[in-house]
Amino acid sequence: MSSDVAVPLLSVERLTMRFGGLAAIDDLSLDVPPGKITGVIGPNGAGKTTFFNCLTGFYKPTVGSVRLNHPERGVLRLEDLPSHQVAHTAQVVRTFQNIRLFPKMTVLENLIVAQHNVLQKASQFSLAGILGLPSYRRAEAQAVAKAVDWLTRLGLIDKADTAAGDLPYGTQRRIEIARALCVDPLLLCLDEPAAGLNPRESGELNELLLRLVADEGLTILLIEHDMSVVMNVSNHICVLNYGRKIAEGTPKQMQNDPNVIKAYLGEEEADELLYGEKGGESTGVTP
Amino acid sequence: MALALQQLINGLTLGAVYGLIAIGYTMVYGIIGMINFAHGDIYMVSAFIAVTGFTLLAAFGVSSVPFALVVVLIVAVLFTSVYGWAVERLAYRPLRGSTRLAPLISAIGMSIFLQNMVQLTQGARVKPIPPMLTGGIDIYETAEFTVRIAYSQMLIVLVTVGLMIAFSWLITRTSFGRQQRACEQDRTMTALLGINVDRTISLTFMLGAALAAVAGVMVTVYYGVVDFYIGFVAGIKAFTAAVLGGVGSLPGAMLGGLIIGLIEAFWSSYLSAEYKDVATFSILILVLMFRPSGLLGRPEVEKV
Repeated sequence: MSSDVAVPLLSVERLTMRFGGLAAIDDLSLDVPPGKITGVIGPNGAGKTTFFNCLTGFYKPTVGSVRLNHPERGVLRLEDLPSHQVAHTAQVVRTFQNIRLFPKMTVLENLIVAQHNVLQKASQFSLAGILGLPSYRRAEAQAVAKAVDWLTRLGLIDKADTAAGDLPYGTQRRIEIARALCVDPLLLCLDEPAAGLNPRESGELNELLLRLVADEGLTILLIEHDMSVVMNVSNHICVLNYGRKIAEGTPKQMQNDPNVIKAYLGEEEADELLYGEKGGESTGVTP
Repeated sequence: MALALQQLINGLTLGAVYGLIAIGYTMVYGIIGMINFAHGDIYMVSAFIAVTGFTLLAAFGVSSVPFALVVVLIVAVLFTSVYGWAVERLAYRPLRGSTRLAPLISAIGMSIFLQNMVQLTQGARVKPIPPMLTGGIDIYETAEFTVRIAYSQMLIVLVTVGLMIAFSWLITRTSFGRQQRACEQDRTMTALLGINVDRTISLTFMLGAALAAVAGVMVTVYYGVVDFYIGFVAGIKAFTAAVLGGVGSLPGAMLGGLIIGLIEAFWSSYLSAEYKDVATFSILILVLMFRPSGLLGRPEVEKV
């Protein structure tokens, strides 16, 4: 990769997202290096998903900017792009915490919809598509081939013609990732991809994510609660709490960071034993 | 027996027209979850474009009926699609994301606007065209009654069947169809995969309008008269057809159209022609009461 020279793929600068009086994200700055996995963790309500929503044109941030250094298209300001341009132009694609496949379409169709822009170009406003011209059929064959390729690599090929909504949860998660990959993302934003997976499945997810980075040079931004995933695959972790970044560093550093332990990892014992919890401050427990 | 056969033919013809209009309702409902109450008036506009087209062609001395039909169909489809696009752009898109009631009201406003526009520019009187497709085939004769399929009826049924096939293919097999179905199921996710949802919605309105345009031209040829109010009744009947078939289901719209057409034809010949609309709208009420998801629609399951 040419961009190993510390130019971040994504730079978030002083991002603030306010809903009425509540700052869901408060002055967040973060650099996402290319070809790496950046984990975003934090307790529930820390603003992680809001952060993703700001990246993908869902919310207009109150303050701040999100810039993507696109290798061909230069610097793109994601907060100014409409939703479909985020995927189409900036090649930033996300998945959802609660899976959002097209349930009534087959798995294969789900993956082909994701390649719509390629097909649309080949179909010249549907004309070539309606007439079934060879150029369009070739493009369509390529789209199918690509979908089949990803399905094979993710071990989903035998499900290709099943309606996506009929499949088990863990499988749907993988399909959602496969579909996102069909958009040719530069940056893949995964919102809790391990939620609802059993330990074996989340082990497989780890492998998949590492392989995507190694083989495809993909950059991944990962929101995750499952520590066995986050700690094992992330190169870099950013910890949010109440919308603020409270720590940032390698997984090892984060595991030992007192702020993080207090806010997140240590859970009740650490909180109660060391400092007393927010609600429990009045009890004044001493170490 | 002969009368029943004749009414079957008439009912199928009428049903085909309702079906074509109903598809527009169902598609728009599918993609934005809103009934486009201006759709019937789009159909009426196309009927007026057809009258104008046929009159102009006759004035220029075009006497070939097939040629005139093709030209008028193309012109009507083009103009009416633009109307469909404009209605969406002006009356619905600005209200996207507001309450569910707002676009419904602006749809009714659009409907009133279109009716009045045509009334003002074309006059309130019924407009006739000279009979174009006369004659037909007698298929069954008894002493007192001759069953006849008029050429115009054949044209309507053939064109409708052809359009239905083309349309099902468009929705199930093409890139646009996939994109359209994706928008129906999850608009947000569709946008996040890089698909321009606004454009897809516009295209859906244009396609619905194009089908209504075909229906408008056909009806003009069939009945030979139009007025500015035909959109209202036809629109509500097609809406009934869409509800009967299951709003959101394309085959349902067609099936609903046929059933409504048949009911109307048989009701008017065996019971009372004056009360045929009562029959149709009783069906609307009954379906809404006892089977709101329609014949082919799937009940909407609210996720908790």
